Amino acid sequence: MAELKLINGYPEYMRESIKLVEKTRNKRLNTLPKQMTMEERDEVLRTYHPDYVEGGKRAIRIGQNKGDIAPNEVVDLLEAYPVIEPDELNLNEIDYDVDILIIGGGLAGTSAAILANDNGIPADKILIANKLRHGDANSMMAQGGTQAADRPNDSPVIHYIDVMGGGHFANKPDVVKALTEDAPVAIKWLSELGAIFDRNEDGTFKELTGGGTSRKRMHSCQDYTGMEELRVLRDEFRNRDIGNIEYSPVVELLTDPSGKASGAVLWNTETEEYKIVRAKAIIIATGGFGRLHIRHFPTTNHYGATADGIVLAYRAGAKLRDTDTVQYHPTGAAYPQQIIGLLLTEKLRTSGAQPINVHGEQFVFPLEPRDVEASAIIRECYGNNNGVETPTGMRGVWLDTPLIDIKNGKGTTEKAFPAMVRMFKRFGVDMIKDPVLVFPTLHYQNGGVETDPWGHTNIEGLFVAGEVSGGVHGKNRLMGNSTLDCLVFGRRSGIEAAKYVKNVQHAGELTLKHVEKYVSMLKDEKIETTRKAPILFPDYRGKKVLERKIDLMH
Amino acid sequence: MEEKRRDLMEEIAEANSSASSGIDDKKIKHWIHIYVLGKQYKVPASLTIMQALEYAGYRFNKSVGCRAGFCGACSTMYRVEGDYKIKTALACQTMAEDGMYLVQIPFSPAVKAKYDINNEPYDGNVFLKYYPELARCVSCNTCTKTCPQDLQVMDYVQAAIKGDFQKVAEWSFDCIQCGLCAVRCPAEIVQYHAAQLGRRMYGKYGLSEEPNIVKRVEEIMSGKFEEEFKKVMSLQKDELEKVYVKQQNEREIY
Ligand SMILES: Cc1cc2nc3c(=O)[nH]c(=O)nc-3n(C[C@H](O)[C@H](O)[C@H](O)COP(=O)(O)OP(=O)(O)OC[C@H]3O[C@@H](n4cnc5c(N)ncnc54)[C@H](O)[C@@H]3O)c2cc1C
Ligand code: FES
Repeated sequence: MAELKLINGYPEYMRESIKLVEKTRNKRLNTLPKQMTMEERDEVLRTYHPDYVEGGKRAIRIGQNKGDIAPNEVVDLLEAYPVIEPDELNLNEIDYDVDILIIGGGLAGTSAAILANDNGIPADKILIANKLRHGDANSMMAQGGTQAADRPNDSPVIHYIDVMGGGHFANKPDVVKALTEDAPVAIKWLSELGAIFDRNEDGTFKELTGGGTSRKRMHSCQDYTGMEELRVLRDEFRNRDIGNIEYSPVVELLTDPSGKASGAVLWNTETEEYKIVRAKAIIIATGGFGRLHIRHFPTTNHYGATADGIVLAYRAGAKLRDTDTVQYHPTGAAYPQQIIGLLLTEKLRTSGAQPINVHGEQFVFPLEPRDVEASAIIRECYGNNNGVETPTGMRGVWLDTPLIDIKNGKGTTEKAFPAMVRMFKRFGVDMIKDPVLVFPTLHYQNGGVETDPWGHTNIEGLFVAGEVSGGVHGKNRLMGNSTLDCLVFGRRSGIEAAKYVKNVQHAGELTLKHVEKYVSMLKDEKIETTRKAPILFPDYRGKKVLERKIDLMH
Repeated sequence: MEEKRRDLMEEIAEANSSASSGIDDKKIKHWIHIYVLGKQYKVPASLTIMQALEYAGYRFNKSVGCRAGFCGACSTMYRVEGDYKIKTALACQTMAEDGMYLVQIPFSPAVKAKYDINNEPYDGNVFLKYYPELARCVSCNTCTKTCPQDLQVMDYVQAAIKGDFQKVAEWSFDCIQCGLCAVRCPAEIVQYHAAQLGRRMYGKYGLSEEPNIVKRVEEIMSGKFEEEFKKVMSLQKDELEKVYVKQQNEREIY
């Protein structure tokens, strides 16, 4: 059969719809649909949001959050057996003896390491364990920006109110206060370390709004914001010679006989040997869970986003919260096939791009909070049947990106979104001239391990920071608040852990008692399964290969 | 109604399945051959190199990170059958082509200089102080040809030799630190680390202090917002919701 003929990246039938988009473009330029009322928001969420539609979740049967609801894919991991056999490991031979172990080197973990060092913990008494390389993380991918209320017409209190409303008022107020109050401090800190944020001609920061954000307070570095922030922090981290080990995921925490967090088991993904870390404090900063593909959604997340941190902490007895909500980003790429699910930053919409249906019509205010915007797009595709179907059978709506240059002047898109323009160009699409096709994609873990404003969990010696934590975003996070969350609570947990370790001794004995106890709870509950967790990596191997795979080396 | 909505989710799952649960061979119409360690594998056309390797049977535990062109973990070298040229690419951002001989480069053993940004004078000589190899540049342009981000690497190397922080910062800004330039450089220059030094110096010393942030941090430190926070935090949910709705209706948009 002949290859599908493409005209500048799109098959002819999609071009037909693009013509309709072009036809209405001028008319739409300065008109937007009305924002939804609270009732309308409710209605579209209940009917079309994957979180609200039944069948995707169930109750957790064991542990601290027994009875709480979470996505099936997450419960599957909580109701799974450990990857190690507790009694086969020698816990007495310690390979790394440190004050603070940080698990995961994204923005949260790297910030924590630097602040712990600033607060008196020597570089060789801090260790970051990374599953992949230091920086292979969701943090690297943040495009849109980081919120901080620093303009004269804004304030941390206004920011606070936006966060609470966006999170459906389910957030933990004291944690949100810390988030919004520390935000300018975090941006200032990054600038002083040499991070380059976009500026206006007069030297002030160039700031934009985001969905559900009432003031312009998004600080960005073109569309490489997370990359700029993390590479600066990583460089600073390396300059200080802080302990760092790569390709060595933590596969289980260790506790002392009283249940305090006291260390961890690392697993070298190359040699497959385990290593024992003893630590007085542990900061879990493992990020999110996009690679679980909740409800079969594609994801924006990096390869290592597999919920390991939640599994490890939960087994040690940590409390979770807001496990029932997941964030779907309204605009993931739906075409071409090679980039399905990858993110098209919200900043495109704050810069003027509008969601448009197959007939070239607007159907939603472009900057509703994420959950509302995503639901409206699903409704347009599957409820109103006004989506565009791709050659692989996905449906999506247009994001009319050419509007950005029309509104803000020629060259804006290329200057403000080099990463996006580059990505589409690599696969044959020119987003400056043509709209791009989008559909919601699994983006962010709203809930997680519960903390207080200093990163403490309910387990002594155990801290969490970043996407793995729960509470600060309530039921829905707003754009630009999670890189912020990582910076603020990474810093705070680093400071607090440094304080904590000065007054405690190392554990006398390292144990896996909490794991043994967890296994017996699984058995008591009659949870019989071959599932094991943490899963560490997703698996996209071809099915044919797997059918013929045989294991000869063990 | 409930039933119908559940069906909706199944319909979406089915439509999304190629991205979440792997490729269904029956749907594939076009195939290509790639070579890994010289061995031939038949894989669907229209995949990235990374997806093609996975289809061929690899479950990555390195050479993978963001899968979106941001982290530089997936550096790849390849040659296409019939050609003699060794090319470079990001596996997650490049289509697999028929006849590709592929190898992944998960790590580059390049040196990173250590320095204290707070005690470094804003002096263009800093590049050669920490990366003296820069002076060995023979302007062969291999780095530029190698860069999967299409940056003018050689130009920023030249700017670094001249001590021009702004040019280094601007021209290297989109660098994802994959390390391929350094791996290919005949003069053993570590372009991407030198650029990082340049960007930080420029960000810290070359840009003016931002007035709003300085002022706001001072205000926060002096407790300026405490009263207002107290007030807002004492509101009942329905009262807070009213404040929120009002604030949303008065929002800045563009
Ligand atoms: C495409 C994309 C765009 C985004 N855009 C924005 C934006 O514009 N603004 C914003 O505020 N937020 C944005 N976000 C969200 C934000 O980037 C993340 O929530 C945040 O960076 C998470 O940081 P983190 O430090 O908690 O985790 P990560 O940055 O994901 O780092 C966690 C690290 O832990 C490692 N790890 C995981 N498990 C283990 C283990 N068992 N052992 C050892 N290491 C482990 C991981 O490999 C990873 O390196 C975006 C996210 C994505 C995916
Ligand atoms: S995996 Fe990050 S750039 Fe390819």
